[in-house]
Amino acid sequence: MDWPRILTVVAGELFAPTTAAYALAAIGLNVHFGLTGLLNFGQAGFMLLGAYGFAISTIAGFPIWAALLVAVACSTVFALVLGIPTLKLRGDYLAIVTIAAAEIVRIVGRSTALTDLTGASSGLRGDSYKETFQALSPFDDGTTTLGPFTYSNNASNSWWIRIAAWVVVVLACLLVWRLMRSPWGRVLKGIREDEDAVRSLGKNVYAYKMQALVLGGVIGSVAGVFYVLPRAVQPDSMGRPMTFWIWTILLLGGAATVFGPVLGSMLFWTVLMLIKTVGREVIPNTIMTNAQIEQFGWIVVGVTLMLLVIFRPQGILGDKKELAIDVR
Amino acid sequence: MSAETLSAALADVPRSPGAPKPDPILVADSVTRRFGGMTAVDVEHIEIQRGAITALIGPNGAGKTTLFNLLTGFDQPNTGTWTFEGRSLAGVPAARVARSGMVRTFQLTKALNRMTVMENMRLGGARQPGENLGRALLPPLWRSREREITEKAEHLLERFKLLEKKGDFAGSLSGGQRKLLEMARALMSDPTMVMLDEPMAGVNPALTQSLLGHIQSLRDDGTTVLFVEHDMHMVRHISDWVAVMAEGRLVAEGPPSTVMADQAVVDAYLGAHHDTDLGDDSLLEDEAVTRQLEAEAQAEDTERAHEKEQP
Repeated sequence: MDWPRILTVVAGELFAPTTAAYALAAIGLNVHFGLTGLLNFGQAGFMLLGAYGFAISTIAGFPIWAALLVAVACSTVFALVLGIPTLKLRGDYLAIVTIAAAEIVRIVGRSTALTDLTGASSGLRGDSYKETFQALSPFDDGTTTLGPFTYSNNASNSWWIRIAAWVVVVLACLLVWRLMRSPWGRVLKGIREDEDAVRSLGKNVYAYKMQALVLGGVIGSVAGVFYVLPRAVQPDSMGRPMTFWIWTILLLGGAATVFGPVLGSMLFWTVLMLIKTVGREVIPNTIMTNAQIEQFGWIVVGVTLMLLVIFRPQGILGDKKELAIDVR
Repeated sequence: MSAETLSAALADVPRSPGAPKPDPILVADSVTRRFGGMTAVDVEHIEIQRGAITALIGPNGAGKTTLFNLLTGFDQPNTGTWTFEGRSLAGVPAARVARSGMVRTFQLTKALNRMTVMENMRLGGARQPGENLGRALLPPLWRSREREITEKAEHLLERFKLLEKKGDFAGSLSGGQRKLLEMARALMSDPTMVMLDEPMAGVNPALTQSLLGHIQSLRDDGTTVLFVEHDMHMVRHISDWVAVMAEGRLVAEGPPSTVMADQAVVDAYLGAHHDTDLGDDSLLEDEAVTRQLEAEAQAEDTERAHEKEQP
């Protein structure tokens, strides 16, 4: 068996752009769920909107900063539209509305009526919107080898996107760290525990929940931009499964922690890659074909999510003492 | 204000429901709340004396907690207006009611279980600029206020004998300690009026004594207290004035020493016919009653006969 190759591929997942994008999306979800207790089951919708906003406005000729602003504005409006009717109700309603709204975004995006804008179900080709991002790169064209890893400097799955994406992940972690330890974060935590108690202390619960929903959604839309930069905008690849992978990542690393989403994303993608590559080497084709091994990996993800919620709801980094106090 | 000056001030207040007070802090008019066909609250007029401890008592289902919810903005009434310190508070959201100086606690304690005792207390602090999203990112803007809040919290925790617990999660406290914590937290914003919903429920007798002391010292510091309570001993012990509700209405008011003897209060608690002798033969002389009983017996007989036919 070719262990060095397998280990290189698996280790490459640790800092892959997709890992960073999922970490970022999970950080956004952490603002919703970990900090505020909002049940957002439509994080993929925020990502898809961010991706569409960025790609379509870039294709229309916007500079990169304007395209990013469009992405952020899309998710802000989306969060407001979702939040205005539901945040005054019990938490479950937000869950129902977000999962439906994310599907609406995807289905509208892939509808043939919008072929000129979104490319319908075939999506938008990566080449059509990558130009402005790659132009920002300080590197020469070509490839660079660092240890066992060889990637192109600028094109698609490049060093440049890795650097940019992980810098943004670090900045998002810093932001969450700062906010969690601020009085603002304390109010959110109070809302997570008991809205009425916080209301009785004179805090406008609705406004805080809305701020959290918008902030987490905006982080999600930036994650969407980084997710599509090395590939294409494919509405069907950003549906419900994506939302649940983000949830798995968040719960694996530990909700309400700063580094939980990052650790969760790294673990999720490396272990998945390990299962796939080792499976292809070890399991003979007569027992499981390559396509079946791919499916098997996702089955493991589902079982992991179940086991996590049952046996270790606080995740890897979560505070066990904090969760030991059962409030329900 | 001391208990003596208060009882002097309240001495001339008529002992009738809705009586006007010399210096009311809260005045409510025609407050009603219906749940479907049931009228839970129907209070025509009530005034709460500033600086006094007013007890709101009444049998189960009298509408005490519902009235609390309405006055503090946690529920919306069908009709009614009320003013707090001269400002109208009808229709004002709960958070703004609290900010205007009327802070409440809950019948089922709402300690924020997975936050520490100290964080619970800090959350009660008012005017913390760091609770604004933008300013939260710049600690120099809120650190000094945070220190003031922490100092105040430590002072209050010491008074409520919770200081050594300040690092513990609120969920690990006993039920009584959580009640104390909730009350201390409500005091963080220096409210002019506190509304305590059954502060003694589930609190052991040793803690009750210190809770009573805390409520009295609140009054002595000038805070108005309105509380719902079932424990008559406590009501008699600390309140300056008692308002009695039954079936949603305010039925009696008066000082604690005399209000319990009020006929309306006795009726509310024991029923209006509690001293009617149901074994009295004269009741049977009423022909209508006799006839009704006979009809009932007959109906029962035919029913039994019917059942025999169809086993």
